Amino acid sequence: MIEAVGLTKRYGDKTAVYNLSFQVRPGAVTGFLGPNGSGKSTTMRMILGLDNPTAGQVTIGGYPYRKLPNAPRQVGALLDAKAVHGGRSARNHLLSLAQLSGIPARRVDEVLGVVGLHDVARRRSKGFSLGMGQRLGIAAALLGDPQVLLFDEPVNGLDPEGILWVRNLMKSLAAEGRTVFVSSHLMSEMALTADHLIVIGRGQLMADMSVTDFISANSADFARVRTPDSEPQQREKLSVAITEAGGHVLPEQDGALRVTGLPLPRISDIAHDSDVRLWELSPHQASLEEAYMRMTQGAVDYRSTTDQKAGLQQPLPPGAQPPVPVPGQGQPGWYAPPPPQQGGQPFTPQGTPSQAPAGPYGAPGVPGAAPGAQAPNPYAQPAPQAPAGPAPAAPPPSAPSADLTKPEDAR
Amino acid sequence: MAATQVVRSEWTKIRSVASTVWTLSLAVVVTIALGMLISALSRSEFDSMSTRDRLSFDPTFISFAGMSLGQLAMIVFGVLVVSNEYSTGMIRASLAAVPKRGTFLFSKLAVATALALVVSMATSFAAFFLGQAMLGEHKASLGDEGVLRAVIGGGLYMTLIALFSMGVAAMLRSPMLSLGILMPFFFLISNILGNVDATKKVGRFLPDQAGSRIMQVVPPLDDDTPYGPWGGLGIMALWVAAAILGGYVLLKRRDAQ
Repeated sequence: MIEAVGLTKRYGDKTAVYNLSFQVRPGAVTGFLGPNGSGKSTTMRMILGLDNPTAGQVTIGGYPYRKLPNAPRQVGALLDAKAVHGGRSARNHLLSLAQLSGIPARRVDEVLGVVGLHDVARRRSKGFSLGMGQRLGIAAALLGDPQVLLFDEPVNGLDPEGILWVRNLMKSLAAEGRTVFVSSHLMSEMALTADHLIVIGRGQLMADMSVTDFISANSADFARVRTPDSEPQQREKLSVAITEAGGHVLPEQDGALRVTGLPLPRISDIAHDSDVRLWELSPHQASLEEAYMRMTQGAVDYRSTTDQKAGLQQPLPPGAQPPVPVPGQGQPGWYAPPPPQQGGQPFTPQGTPSQAPAGPYGAPGVPGAAPGAQAPNPYAQPAPQAPAGPAPAAPPPSAPSADLTKPEDAR
Repeated sequence: MAATQVVRSEWTKIRSVASTVWTLSLAVVVTIALGMLISALSRSEFDSMSTRDRLSFDPTFISFAGMSLGQLAMIVFGVLVVSNEYSTGMIRASLAAVPKRGTFLFSKLAVATALALVVSMATSFAAFFLGQAMLGEHKASLGDEGVLRAVIGGGLYMTLIALFSMGVAAMLRSPMLSLGILMPFFFLISNILGNVDATKKVGRFLPDQAGSRIMQVVPPLDDDTPYGPWGGLGIMALWVAAAILGGYVLLKRRDAQ
């Protein structure tokens, strides 16, 4: 059991972790999610007593790490796969760590077998690939057969087979009753591995709940409705009818409609009453990835912009089309649907439905653009140093681009 | 956390990297070879020396002439032993395994110092005997007064240089920064300060100037050094203790980066 209370870490005037409180329980894989630079590794280092917290404390089994009796036999950690002397062989690296904790040399050969490195055990780790380095780091964490395991980005650089292996390893370790704490920035990976999630952004807690709760609380259910392509007037007609019935409509790029706020049978009835034929009426749920992206949208420190290639591009020949931008690049809102509402109306009525502004690569998920922005969002703790964060201060939906740049400016 | 476990682990670490073998063998070879060369040159020049120079002719000290270069390899050894942990990031794994940082640092220093002591003593004796062989009829023998002290002192001097470097590296953490400060200091600055009249009085309290006093058997004629051979080594030991203390305090307080 890992328990953090009011954990805070400042480096100079930069706050890496602020007032973080959580518990990591045994018998489950707990995913630790956050964008790059959100304080995951700093938190991990504080758990291991490598960094001293500026305020608050974190304990393992009731002890701060540096006071924990026989710590290396109780806690195993993979912090950085590259933290190996390149001139030392894998076996000697593990042997030196084993000897530190009084672990017999036999165990070194065992864990080398467990991670599949026995064939290269006597080679210098300088020549290891990133995936081999990760395996070596995992071997080091397993050395002491500890009850508490910490893994910082364990699947980085692993091939699909390796990722599957790590996933099963985490699950089996947790099934043996151990405490497994895994950080990642890949929500999709955590959705498959973790039972419980702790999400941080800019060093602050954003969510602490089971994966199933996370999905149901964060994903916006919607219905996809498709009318015959050949008759756009039918689509117009249905949009108006659904809006009148209290639903919300958002056109998708391929001509389908995203409908929220109405159950599927009701949509079917409305279509029937309006005399509109349907090609598709299907229930959908936003993925965990989308939910995570939306949650952390305001807390992303490093965001790419579209490459304008100023002064490098030839002027387009007359009549040529400018290249279509890569979806998602420089447009952070692209993946994320708007935040869900308690009232079940996730989408903004933006003008009349037919002229809703979602172009092919527009940002349908402008953070905080929903009408119910005041509705209590259980995960969005007010961010003191980022007043322009996602939900609380919502700018008018007509200015999405201005809104998207704000969190960066506020740094 | 038993210190013996840490000592065993540190021994595994130190013997499993190539830099240990390279730096230590370089220290041995350079010290002995340069000592032999300068001894041979001194022998052929002895006849053309002035009386004054002949009176202060110190065959023991001359055979240790290679130490001025050999100590640089010792510095590299000391710096790498400690700063490797930081430059590779291994320090995080090490300190996670040994939460008591004092135990970790002192075990590491003990292992590296023991190894350096063995190598230094062997080097010192080898440099002495081979140097004396080059000096021919001007040679000193181990039984002469103060010679055994000088030869053992030479081994201690090299060991202390390595230990001093470890302390500095523990404070600075970066191998480049540590070497960039220690190498020019011991190779140039200390020599300049010790030979310019204005700074001589301060310069002779620097670690290498004070410590190398123990290798002198025949002091220079107008010697006004305010400390004896062991006093000089004591001054050097104080420098070493200060460097290690600084490294320990910083390691204890700082985040393990």
